Amino acid sequence: MNLISQALAKDLNLDKALGIFRVLDDQGVPDESLEPKLSKDFLLKIYEYMVRTRILDEWLLKLQRMGKVAIHAPNKGQEATMIGAALALREQDWMFPSYRELGALLVRGMSEEEIIDRAMANADDPLKGSDFAIYGSRDKKIVPAPVPVGNQIPHAVGFALAAKIMGDNIVVLTFFGDGATSRGDFHFGLNFAGLFKPPVVFVIQNNQWAISLPVRKQTAAPTLAVKGVAYGVPSIRVDGNDVLAVYSIAKEAVDKASSGEGPTLIESLTYRLGPHTTADDPRRYRSDEEVKRYEAKDPIPRFRRYLMYRGVLNEDLDREIWGRWRDYIETVVRRCLSKPELPEEVIFEDVYSEMPWNLREQLEEFRESLRVMKSLGLRVE
Amino acid sequence: MPTMNMVQALNQALREEMRRDPRVIVLGEDVGYRGGVFLVTEKLIDEFGELRVIDTPLTEGGIVGIAVGMAMYGLRPVAEIQFIDFVYEAFDQIVSNVAKIRYRSGGQFSVPLVIRSPCCGGVRGGMHHSQSPESYFIHTAGLITIMPSTPYDAKGLLKASIRVDDPVIFLEPKSIYRTIREEVPEEDYIVPIGKARLVKEGSDVTIVTYGAMVYKSIEASKLAAEKHGWDVEIIDLRTLMPFDREAVLKSIEKTGRLVIVHEAPKTLGLGAEISAYVAENAIELLRGPVVRVAGYDTPFPLVHEKLYMPNVARIYMAIKKVMEY
Repeated sequence: MNLISQALAKDLNLDKALGIFRVLDDQGVPDESLEPKLSKDFLLKIYEYMVRTRILDEWLLKLQRMGKVAIHAPNKGQEATMIGAALALREQDWMFPSYRELGALLVRGMSEEEIIDRAMANADDPLKGSDFAIYGSRDKKIVPAPVPVGNQIPHAVGFALAAKIMGDNIVVLTFFGDGATSRGDFHFGLNFAGLFKPPVVFVIQNNQWAISLPVRKQTAAPTLAVKGVAYGVPSIRVDGNDVLAVYSIAKEAVDKASSGEGPTLIESLTYRLGPHTTADDPRRYRSDEEVKRYEAKDPIPRFRRYLMYRGVLNEDLDREIWGRWRDYIETVVRRCLSKPELPEEVIFEDVYSEMPWNLREQLEEFRESLRVMKSLGLRVE
Repeated sequence: MPTMNMVQALNQALREEMRRDPRVIVLGEDVGYRGGVFLVTEKLIDEFGELRVIDTPLTEGGIVGIAVGMAMYGLRPVAEIQFIDFVYEAFDQIVSNVAKIRYRSGGQFSVPLVIRSPCCGGVRGGMHHSQSPESYFIHTAGLITIMPSTPYDAKGLLKASIRVDDPVIFLEPKSIYRTIREEVPEEDYIVPIGKARLVKEGSDVTIVTYGAMVYKSIEASKLAAEKHGWDVEIIDLRTLMPFDREAVLKSIEKTGRLVIVHEAPKTLGLGAEISAYVAENAIELLRGPVVRVAGYDTPFPLVHEKLYMPNVARIYMAIKKVMEY
């Protein structure tokens, strides 16, 4: 098929950067000339990742409302992009997500339990309570995101460039939102990627809104993908609610990067159905009609229709899948809720490789303050 | 033992570290064929090639952002910022990432990155080639900040910085890049991070300083000895954060008097921190006020820079003030 290479044959291909690649129509009916040949098991696995992501996302929202999670950045509506792209990675590859890629974490092997522990910052939180809405694990080759938007873009490029320098065959994939394409970090990363051609894949989760700012108010560029073209990075736009389209293009981008042909930018057109975070109120800046219009394009029912069209899924199996994951995740949530808090002194850990004297002094003061609080019967307000 | 200036000593440190460890790489603007605008990276590209000595586009934020990724991968990048005055484009990367990745990842990732850069005034560099912004970095948890004042220390501290697992901001006072020569061993050695150097022993008043101000302080101490017979002790901090509190306390135990000299603007400069540290922990040792001699709270001026920067007269006035208190 070689979709990106076709686009590249015309060198700086503005057609692909302006057009939209899709495999499924809104009803989930495939364009058979573009449909990837995937096994039934693999198709069901994709679907299960989508189901798991949706249920997990709902739980994190609920846990935030219960006061158990500080802030959550809802994923609803963007599952196809994160899962399709992450599935393209191989075992040895690395991922630099943003704060809205739960499905990609699952694909890379993080469990629901690790994610919920992290979100709750309980005693098993692998990031030891450092910040909200970020996830990562060295074992799973996922670098925890910086909350400042887009900071991870040059990191992914430098990481890939380091691998290239060391002669290691890995590909690095980074996710970021449309908002990040206005930041210096996007320019830093893309400029280096164009020049040094490291094995990196950029995935823009263009969910149409940078909190309250729609894309048309973020840039006068006709698309976000054309920005990549200007840096000499092959760039392509896909329907981000079509998991088969995202997977096909990301797979090709990963293959291309791993064979030494350099970076690719994928602008994935999707839509954030929920608020920016649990601290946001989207009704202040967008209409319910717009949201309803996009609910009709929800990537999960669309893929379900495809699976049914292909006879991979039926109503019974669908109910079984949702039921099984709902039960499982509820059990996990209960377990996570029963875990103790992180110890207080964790706030002094991991600032440096060894604690310097100023921190040791402050840690002593901190311990003393806890003793005084206890002896006076004072509580943390 | 050969004598060399600071530029040559830094060049040798980089060369030795790059030979010792294939993970050490250099990146920055004009660091390759040009050898850096001050020639600190001269001819490294001839020995190590374009993969390990990387000429980057003009983008401080990009240099640091890319170097962060390299360091997380396991390389030991040494990123040059051509003048520290241009580092502000990289400030978000330094404060939000270089300094915080270890903490953010619960210790799973670290950024063993050295950001080295010429700093400070005294070369008629004007507003944007003369600044001393060390306080921004000192104030940021997760960073180590260093400023050597001699070729020997420059080599040993740069080698230590490359080997430590934490990010280091390595500031090089460009006015003394070529003015001070001394014997520097050609073999491997390090100068430990966090340890000050006793420049001159004395019993009446302690001057705590660093960088090029070490030499102004020596001159002022000579004047104070000539005029009044006062015996000044001078401490070169070398590592600004975490600074060597023991060296400071030990000295004022003896002298009971403290003057702090730095080029950086006075308000919230490192002098303020040291002064507060002594006030909190050792006020009983003091026989008079702690006096700071620092850059004024203005932008760094092109004109009259020698009057803007701490000079012998101002340091002498400070010594006199504490001695006559």
